[in-house]
Amino acid sequence: MTDTRTPLLDINDLNVHFSTNSDKDIHAVRGIHMHIEKGETVAVVGESGSGKSQVMMSAMGLLADNGWATGSVRYEGQEILGLSRRKLNSYRGSKMTMIFQEPMTSLDPLYTIGRQICEPLQVHQKMDRKRAMARALELLELVGIPDPKNRLKSYPHEMSGGQRQRVMIAMALANNPDLLIADEPTTALDVTIQAQILQLLAELQKKLGMAILFITHDLNIVRRFADRVYVMKTGEVVEEGNTKTIFDNPQHEYTQMLLSAEPEGRKPAPAADAPILLEGKGVNVTFNITSGAFGTQKHELRAVNNVDLRLHQGQTIGIVGESGSGKSTLGRALLRLTNVSGEVMLDGEDMSHISKEAMREHRKRLQLVFQDPFGSLSPRMMVGQIITEGLLVHHPELSARERDLRAIEALEEVQLDPSMRNRYPHEFSGGQRQRIAIARAMVLKPRIVVLDEPTSALDRSVQKQIVELLRDLQEKNNLSYLFISHDLSVVRAMSDYVMVMKQGVIVEEGLTEQIFDAPRELYTKQLMAAAFDLEPISA
Amino acid sequence: MTDKTMKTQAGQAAEKIVQAQIGRSLWDDAWARLKANRAAMASFVVLFLIAMACFFGPMLTGHQYDTVYRNYVKVPSSLTAYPRDDEIAPALEKVLKQARFTADSVEIAEKQVVVKVSSKREINEKAVRYFDRSDLFKDAAFSDFSEDGKSATVTAKIDRMHFYFGTDANGRDLLTRTLIAGRISLIIGLLASGVALLIGVTYGSLSGYFGGRVDLIMMRVVDVLYSLPFIFFVILLVVFFGRNFILMFIAVGAVEWLDMARIVRGQTLSIKRQEYVLAAEAMGVGAGGILKRHIIPNTLGPVVIFVTLLVPKVILLESFLSFLGLGVQEPMTSWGVLISEGARNLQGASWMLIFPSIFLTATLFALNFIGDGLRDALDPKDR
Repeated sequence: MTDTRTPLLDINDLNVHFSTNSDKDIHAVRGIHMHIEKGETVAVVGESGSGKSQVMMSAMGLLADNGWATGSVRYEGQEILGLSRRKLNSYRGSKMTMIFQEPMTSLDPLYTIGRQICEPLQVHQKMDRKRAMARALELLELVGIPDPKNRLKSYPHEMSGGQRQRVMIAMALANNPDLLIADEPTTALDVTIQAQILQLLAELQKKLGMAILFITHDLNIVRRFADRVYVMKTGEVVEEGNTKTIFDNPQHEYTQMLLSAEPEGRKPAPAADAPILLEGKGVNVTFNITSGAFGTQKHELRAVNNVDLRLHQGQTIGIVGESGSGKSTLGRALLRLTNVSGEVMLDGEDMSHISKEAMREHRKRLQLVFQDPFGSLSPRMMVGQIITEGLLVHHPELSARERDLRAIEALEEVQLDPSMRNRYPHEFSGGQRQRIAIARAMVLKPRIVVLDEPTSALDRSVQKQIVELLRDLQEKNNLSYLFISHDLSVVRAMSDYVMVMKQGVIVEEGLTEQIFDAPRELYTKQLMAAAFDLEPISA
Repeated sequence: MTDKTMKTQAGQAAEKIVQAQIGRSLWDDAWARLKANRAAMASFVVLFLIAMACFFGPMLTGHQYDTVYRNYVKVPSSLTAYPRDDEIAPALEKVLKQARFTADSVEIAEKQVVVKVSSKREINEKAVRYFDRSDLFKDAAFSDFSEDGKSATVTAKIDRMHFYFGTDANGRDLLTRTLIAGRISLIIGLLASGVALLIGVTYGSLSGYFGGRVDLIMMRVVDVLYSLPFIFFVILLVVFFGRNFILMFIAVGAVEWLDMARIVRGQTLSIKRQEYVLAAEAMGVGAGGILKRHIIPNTLGPVVIFVTLLVPKVILLESFLSFLGLGVQEPMTSWGVLISEGARNLQGASWMLIFPSIFLTATLFALNFIGDGLRDALDPKDR
């Protein structure tokens, strides 16, 4: 690749601004330069808020209404920044295509897969319906969807997340693009499926010879996949170069930080004679699914199937599994937030048959932290109110002032500035919100906390901080955790005992080292391979 | 000891922060944001002025809302006073004719008329009633009777009156009537909407939150009420309780809360699956607390919008009832009634439609702006 050739996409001095309700504009992208050659794979890496997505959004003319871009974006020497929507459409969807992070929402639920793939074909290549359908079938075969002929008639909700992402890729490939922009295409997927999708992309690139621009926060993917890497931080490219060079010899401290952001440390097992706090015997959760016009057809879905579990004081049990394995349901069942059969004992007291009202007494000792720090905080309550809500229930004798003091304590405990407690959740970043959610759980001084994917929605570096915070809190307050996650590296850092779940059943359990170093079951081995196997995919 | 003083110091510092920040609830905050919204604040002022005018205005217009001026039927709105100068002479002639007087000399001044009259019979002092009965003259008095009593001088003051909005088909002052009508319309509009809001939000959120069988039964009750024809329902109420102003609140409120309950139930169904509700449940918060702190505040956006649409709907519904003779009764009136009268008299008496419409429209505009402002103010993300 010599300099005399025009690159496929050439971005020069691109700036993106957003106007906000307050006086200050946000300068999201600050004068970056980037170029992509034909047929190469380039990764843009950065944490959330680094502006990595906005670069491509402005190139594709998809910026939000309050944003504007200056500078130059050239596609094969042709300036495309600031083109009218109509002119831009001759590039978008045909020469440059994009796949998004969320396969659940980026397909229209009202149309069949076939129709959605046909649409860009009919628009850009003026194909008639029959030929477009034939091409759609070909594309579905290309992206490896089983039984493509029947799948053309399926609706998006009938497919799994991985299959939908494949369909998205098929749609993106429909017009033989020169450049495929993939914006976090695997983030919402399970690890094993993530590996499959990456494999597919690498194969397709080899077959079709297009360039791929990969926007991601996950360095693991980059190492396996990309030729060159741009590292972005707060709107600027702080480092760029060949993947190998960057990984072997990172220059900028931000890159170094990203590379070392894997959560570290191990948790020692608690003393063998530590008392059992929470015990579940033969825990079952079944959902009755009714279908048919009058709910006549009923069948049972066993989300959790005969699970035994023993949580000691100071222990952390990691529950690992892919989505749909029933691990979250198990956590909720142990807190009696869903209907459960079997025996659940808290401190030797049977909780499985007491009424909802009587259960309320025990809730103080059992707390829950959710995955989504955006959804788990009520948007119309201020942080102080959110944190102290539990006190209203369990310590009604406290005055408003005393509650406020408790809120200050709790915020300090999770290392947030207590003066922030009169703000609303949306003013905080993801990591801060997760701290708030943790403070809400801690203010009641619980003994057991169920952590339901508390780090999955966060950036790596923030993940690391949250993991450290959780470990500190555990040590200080002698807490027991039930740590539910699909992220194996976080589980390894957090827990001393691991249970692997698949389709509602525990397939393997044991001490953390034992599971990670010498997995016995095939499923566990697959999980490990997908998560830690750093062999390059393309080859 | 030192330990203790340390603690108090820290405590004091903490209390300072507490005092600076306590008491900022969603509502305080919303109010602060609402104050920054100019359109909403201007609308508040407009609404306040209209309300004040409606409640105190009728005392100041100089007319009763039910006084009929037979000489001034459907006179156009005007800033100058009635009667016009050219109307005085014909009116005077008519009065004299009714009293069977012959005018010997007529003198029309700015403020009074002086007429020398004679009659075939003896003039009775009571004949001043012919003058006073006319809306143009007042305080008529005889003087300078001749010896035979068959001729005299009548002095009558000209009764100058202002009809700023003109008069209606019965010769009643439209300004006074518009303001009086505003009382009824505003009270019904705001109170009936308030009643619908209260019942609808409570009922809908309870039904949505408890779900299952409770939801099923509560919503079937709503369906049954929906299926009752509105007019049938009102007539039923009238039959049982007689015609009554309060009845109208009950009738309108009883029908309008149904929509509200459905909207709130739908919102509640989606909000109760949010993780923050589950988090509150996991914390042991009871149903009351969850409804009060989590669910109802988060339904406010659509609810506020619906209320601003509900107020005009209720005002117009009231006029419909009045049209059927089930609402307010003559001579009492409401904006809806005035407007429908005005619409019928559009040809030749357009002011009868224009002025009540201006008041209604201004009120609805103001309510819409306030609704928009409230929705924005109640959404913390919009700050």
